[in-house]
Parts: sequence; C-alpha cells; structure tokens
Amino acid sequence: MADNVSMLDTETKHTEGLDAIAQEMLARLDKELVGLKPVKTRIREIASLLVIDRLRREHGLVAESPSLHMCFTGNPGTGKTTVALRMAEILHRLGYSRKGHLVTATRDDLVGQYVGHTAPKTKEVLKRAMGGVLFIDEAYYLYRPENERDYGQEAIEILLQVMENNRDDLVVILAGYKDRMERFFQGNPGMKSRITHHIDFPDYTVDELMEIAKLMLANQHYRLSPAAEQALRLYIERRMAQPNFANARSIRNALERARLRHASRLLASGKRPLTKDDLMTIEPEEILASRVMRDDNDGMLQQAS
Amino acid sequence: MHLTQGTFSYLPPLTDEEIRAQVQYALDRGWSVAIEYTDDPHPRNVYWSLWGLPMFDVTDAAAVMMELEQCRKANPNLYIRISAYDRSKGRQTTALSFIVNRPAHEPGFHLERTDFADRQIRYTVRSYAANRPIGMRYRDDG
Amino acid sequence: MLVTNGTKKDQRSRWASGVIPYKDMGYWRPDYEPKQTDVICAFRVTPQEGVEPEEAAAAVAGESSTATWTVVWTDRLTTYENYQGKAFRVDPVPGTPGQYIAYIAYDLDLFEEGSIPNLASSIIGNVFGFKALKALRLEDMRIPAPYVKTFQGPAHGIVMEREMLNKFGRPLLGATVKPKLGLSARNYGRVVYEALRGGLDFVKDDENTNSQPFMRWRDRYLFCMEAVNKAIAETGEIKGHYLNVTAATMEEIYERAEFAKELGSVIIMIDLTAGFSAIQSMARWARRNGVLLHLHRAGHSTFTRQKNHGVSFRVLAKWCRLMGVDHLHAGTIVGKLEGDPNNVSGYYDTLRLDRVEPDPSRGLYFEQDWVSMPGVMPVASGGIHAAQTHLLLHYLGEDTVLQFGGGTIGHPMGIAAGATANRVAVEAMVQARNEGRDIFHEGPEILERAARWCKPLRQALDLWRDVTFDFQPTDTPDVVATPVF
Repeated sequence: MADNVSMLDTETKHTEGLDAIAQEMLARLDKELVGLKPVKTRIREIASLLVIDRLRREHGLVAESPSLHMCFTGNPGTGKTTVALRMAEILHRLGYSRKGHLVTATRDDLVGQYVGHTAPKTKEVLKRAMGGVLFIDEAYYLYRPENERDYGQEAIEILLQVMENNRDDLVVILAGYKDRMERFFQGNPGMKSRITHHIDFPDYTVDELMEIAKLMLANQHYRLSPAAEQALRLYIERRMAQPNFANARSIRNALERARLRHASRLLASGKRPLTKDDLMTIEPEEILASRVMRDDNDGMLQQAS
Repeated sequence: MHLTQGTFSYLPPLTDEEIRAQVQYALDRGWSVAIEYTDDPHPRNVYWSLWGLPMFDVTDAAAVMMELEQCRKANPNLYIRISAYDRSKGRQTTALSFIVNRPAHEPGFHLERTDFADRQIRYTVRSYAANRPIGMRYRDDG
Repeated sequence: MLVTNGTKKDQRSRWASGVIPYKDMGYWRPDYEPKQTDVICAFRVTPQEGVEPEEAAAAVAGESSTATWTVVWTDRLTTYENYQGKAFRVDPVPGTPGQYIAYIAYDLDLFEEGSIPNLASSIIGNVFGFKALKALRLEDMRIPAPYVKTFQGPAHGIVMEREMLNKFGRPLLGATVKPKLGLSARNYGRVVYEALRGGLDFVKDDENTNSQPFMRWRDRYLFCMEAVNKAIAETGEIKGHYLNVTAATMEEIYERAEFAKELGSVIIMIDLTAGFSAIQSMARWARRNGVLLHLHRAGHSTFTRQKNHGVSFRVLAKWCRLMGVDHLHAGTIVGKLEGDPNNVSGYYDTLRLDRVEPDPSRGLYFEQDWVSMPGVMPVASGGIHAAQTHLLLHYLGEDTVLQFGGGTIGHPMGIAAGATANRVAVEAMVQARNEGRDIFHEGPEILERAARWCKPLRQALDLWRDVTFDFQPTDTPDVVATPVF
C-alpha cells in the first residue's frame, strides 16, 4: 500500500511538472506573439487536454490519444507559420510528439510531375515529418477539380491514409486563406472529417501592428523617435488599405527598408562621431520616404530617394 | 536452417518495438536507413532489392516502420533486412544491418565439393531456394 | 667519457679531433621548433649517474642520427645541420627521479620512403645499448603526414573487411584453436568447424602453429577450409580461419599464402617474429590478392612491456598500421595479458581513428594524423570470456575482434555451444547498448536475461562469471603535460 501511495505521488509530481511546462510555453507564446487571442485560447485548450489526459492515464482512466490535426486559416502574415513552429515545440514538450520538429511543405514538395512520381514524393515528406509536425501551406493547391488527372488527388489520398493510421506519429497542419480552404474541404470531405481543430487567425489591428513593429525593432536594437512612431502609424493605416497587404510580413519589410534609409542618412549627414543614440533611432524620414506615402496631398509628402 | 547474417540473428526475432528502438538509434546518429529484401540469401549476395530509396532526412523511426510494414505486406515470405548507413568521413559504410523478416521455412544451402588435384577441393555454396526461378522461391515452403 | 660540464665550443674547436659532448655538437637544440615534416620522438631516458639529462638527450639524438663517438671531419662534406637529430626538450618524469622524457626531432630526409625496417634501424638501431644510459624507452613517435603517405597502409582496413565479410554493427568474434600444439590436422579442423557453426566469425591458428611434425601446414589448410566452407553452408554467413603462413623463408611464406588463397580463405596471418620486411611484403601480397592479413604480435612483450626500457606498444601499433596489416592484437584490458586500461584505449585509437589527439592520460604524447589511411582492426585476445562482454564493448567499442579461445573451446556443452554463448552475449549487449541501456553497469543483468532463453550462455556465465585477472599493469601512463608542437 505504502508503495502505491508513493508511486502516485511521484506521478502527480510528474504531471505537475508537465503543467509547469505548459504554463511556461504559453507564457512565452503570449510574450512573443501580439494579439491572436482566439488562437492562444485554442492552444491553451489543447495543452490542457494533453496534461489532463496524462493525469487520467496515470489514474487508469481511458484516455485515447487525441487527434490533433489542425487547419490554420487566415491572411498572409497573421502568424500561422510561427504558431505552427511553437505548436510543434509545445506538443513535444508535453510528450505528445517525439521530436518536435516542423516540416513545411507546399504542393510542389508533395505532387509529382508524372505517373508514379507523387506517391514517393508525398511519402518522403511525410516520413521526414514523422515524430513532429507537417505544415502544408496553401493546402488547397493540392486539389484541382478542374483537372481530372491532376496528381494532387493522389497526394491527398496518401495524406489521409497516414493522418489516420499514424496519428501518434505526426500532426498535420493545413494552412491558407479561409475562403479557399473552405472550398477545399467541400471537395474533400474526408480531409475535413480528419481535422479536429480549425483555428482562424484574424487580421491584426493598427495598434497590434504598431506593437509588432516595436517588438521587431527592439529585438534588433532599434527604436522609433516619437515623430517616427506617428509616421509609422500613418504608414500602416495606408498600407493596410492597399492591395497585397500581408500583416506582420509587410511590417517587417517596411522596417527592413527603413533600416537601409537610416544607414544612408547617417553616412550622408557627415555627423561624426555618431552616438549610440544616432545608431539606434529611426526618424520619420525613414518611414515617410516610402512609396506608400507618395501621391499624397497632406503636406507630409517626401520624394523617395 | 536459420540464416545468421546480420547484427542480431542469434537473438529471438526482434519485436516491432525492438526494431523501432534500433532504427531510432541509427537515426539519432544521423545514419540513413534502408529497407532491403531478397529471395536469394547467399552469403555473398550483397545487393538485396531496395524497398524505395534509403531514407535520408528522416528523424523518427515511425517513418521507417511505416515502410517496413508495407514491405512486409508485399513480401511476407522473403528475407527483409534493415541497414543503416554512416556517411561520415573514414567510415562511409554500413553501420548496422539486421534481418527483420524471414521465410517461414528456410531450406538453407547446399555445399558442393568439386575434387581437384592433390586432395584439394573447390567449394560452392548454393541456396536451395535459388534453384527455383525468381518469383517462385519461398512459395509453399518451396 | 662524456664531458658534461664542457663550455660552448667555438666553431674551430667543434671540429678539433677528439671527443666532445654531444650537446656541443649540435644535437641539443632547446630553441629548435620542430617542422610539420619532422619525425618527432619521445624517449624515456634514464641516464647513468653524473650524466646530465640534456647531454643524455643529445646523445640519444646523436646516436640515432648522424653521430659516432668521436669527431669526424667527413661531417663537413654534408649539410649536417639537416641530418642531425635535434633534442629540443627534456622533462623530468613526475614521481620517478632519474627518468626524463626527451623530445627529439628528425628531418624527414633521414628515412627511406615506405620502409619500417629503415625507420626502426634509424631510431632504435644502435642507441638502446648506449653505455651512458642505464635504460632507454621509445614512448611515442609522431609520424608526419608526408611520411605516412609513403606507406601502403592496411591491405584492406576495417571498412573493407566488414564489407568483404558482410558483417556490421557488432564486434567480430574469434577464437584460437586449443590446444595450440599437438592436434592432428583432422582434429584441428573439427575445432574450427564446431566453433564457426556455433556462431563465431573467425577461428585462428596460434603464433606457433606453423608446420610441425604432428601437423604439417598443407594438411591443416585443407582440413580447415573444409571446416570453414561447411560452416558457411550451415549458417549462410561468411566465415574465416586465419591460416598462419609464417615460415623460415619468404619463399615458403609466399607458397603457403598462395595455397591459402587458392583454397578460398578470406584471411591469412603472420607473426611479428617473421620480421618487418616479411610483414610489409605480405601486406602488399594481401592487397594484391584480396586476402585479409592478421598479425600476431608474437614476441612484442620482450621489448614493449618494461616501462623504462624498450619500445612502447603504441609505437609498434603505428608501425604496424604503416606496414599494412588488417588485424593486430592490441590488448583486452580485462583479460589475462598485460594492458593498462588507459594505455590500451590509446592503442585502439591509434589503430582505428583517422586523427588521434595528444592525451597524456592515455600515454599519447603527440597528435597523429593518418591522412585517411584505413584503420587496423584491433584484436582482443587472452583470457576473456562471455561474462565480460559488457566491459569489452564498453572499453573497446564495436570495431574489434573479440577472441574467446578458452571461453569457446572450454565450454562444458562443447565448442559450438561455447561459440553460441559468446555470439548471443555480444548481440544482446549491442542491442541493449543501442536501446540506450547503461551496459557498463547493467551488463551482468542484461547477460542474465539473455541466459534465461540461451542455455549455453547460462552455463558459460555460471562457469566463468568470477574469473578475473586483476594484476597491477607494468606499463602505465605518467601523465606528463604534453607540449604542443
């Protein structure tokens, strides 16, 4: 009896350790990723399920290992790949997947050019992903109903088979635009039924994008002057209204260009010596020189150099 | 007759869990793993048929086990071995190789002796199964 | 005879007739920086009373290169600075008063390409009998890459041997036929057959199994090859027997080797007593004929064992790799023959690795770059048995031949059962190691578990479990801080 009790104690402790890991991972997610509330909520739920399942198993209760195949929908730059990367890590740390690596694939990696080419290609990718997470970006390109002999269907069938038979060996995450993904599922009900978690990534608000920008800059040891901050907000508002806006990705690109201009300005200024402050501070002209700010009539127009 | 080629032929047949552990050991060392099968187990038959290509970028044994299952399904009564290859400099050879499937009945080998001058004998080892044509070997315990 | 307090001579007096200290003849060069192409030796020097260590080191450098006991004017017809051995450093051996490690560099020009007899005659030819020294030992030798490249190296090497035998992932298993003298050829072959069919990869002649009245070589070869081929057919595995080709003359050695090849043997063996030239010849023959070459280090302990005098086995191991053998006995750590664990691990690295780093704790004085020369398979032989399998795998790794002679043939259920016990023990241990078990500590338990279904192993463990040979080794490393060159 005494033995049993002590055993139970260690197991509970073990699970508590698991819980601590889950908390730590979620806290990190919170810190690293701005916004994405519904996404974080869902990840929290999945993590809780895994912790509780472990505890149930230790008490001899049935705890069938859950199916964790997922679908991430949302516009470009909303953090789908980043979350997938974190998800792979969380699943590994919580003991669900053995390796915790993420393999990213698109149609080109899975579908072949000729008869008999697709199956080995798809299997190759699946095998590489085993023990971790397979992330298929723009998964709907696998399905081309307009072409009856498209090899994409073959890839889908192999995917389905492995998603069903090797549930313990890998997690598949499909990702893409929401509307197209919905159409894809309509044409592939089998796929839809095997995916338990549909997570929608909302577009970021202006405030969130500002926060993201500051986070990105801080990580690279830059900062915005107060005037530059205003300019950036204006920039973001305009950029969002333009086509091909890609949320955080567009922000990253804009900041990369700002760094270039910052460097050119400093060298051209002739000011010597340059202080640490000079080297760190982004000024409005770095932002306003952007093409996005052209064709403007509010007096802040600057010619891009 | 019990063919004793391979790293673990003197142990009881490895269970799938045991096979998985050996494969994982190989993958953890960065070795690529291949599945090979044959109906001609002559000790000097080096080139068994490859089941697909050697698996180069795989990290988890599940991937190999999935292929092994399919290979077994296709060749239930043939010899199948798993070979792990170490490409590191100075080695560049097989690092581990063990049989994971064998025919229900292993007829073994005939030792043929040809007399030669001065009491010398020339030896030839011949697999009984390989006397039959390809595709007919190891059928009905043949 | 040596003037130990001699003052530095000027150029004229250097060449005056008579006897002057070696130190003053240019053999002591504390400022010398060895070149990448120099052969560098570490000698353990025990000078006679009153001989200072630098002079002793210079004397060794002199006597192992250009010098004689007196001044010769004919030196001046040469670029003698180039040819002089240069003692450049002397360190006292910690804890052993009276002993010093002398470092001497030799220009590559001193040595004939690809000739171990020449290298040996140069370095250890005369100097070991030098009266001014009580004792002298060659501890280690750094062989520069350009010199390494002039040697053939192992006829096949570890990688090729495994590919030839189709055996991977575990130590190979062998045994020496016992009794090594007296069996008739027919009875001898029986031992070979039983051991191979039971699970060994190799059986082996012993060093003195040559061609005696009770069993002539040709008969032995015929019966052994019958045994080998029968075992191959029964197991479906490639097997071999090291047929010893050692004989009185090269002509006879070649004759025996040719016959072994004709009979289809995958391996032959030769003894160290046959001499360096014979070994180099056979290494070339072995490569040309696709036959593995096993070397028995017969006689080596006469000069390798004593710590203060002779040649360290690690030097001999290097020479053997250069000479081109495929197998070399290199110690067991746990068996009945001399072998300090640290030293032995140094020998194994010297034989197997492509690059060996200096490591005083394992007696390795120098780095050694083998510039891709294939490795020699080390053979562990002498008083080892199945109950030590975990220790052997732990210490020696898997690229080795474990030879359980008595441990196979002395099995109560017979030779084949003994062979099976050994093979099961090795496979079970490799399996456990690969599964991540701590074999060093859990080894006995792993063997016990295998013995539950393997009766021959059960009996082997019961019989030999407590047999150990626990004596103080004679040759141990001193742990001198290794200088970097």
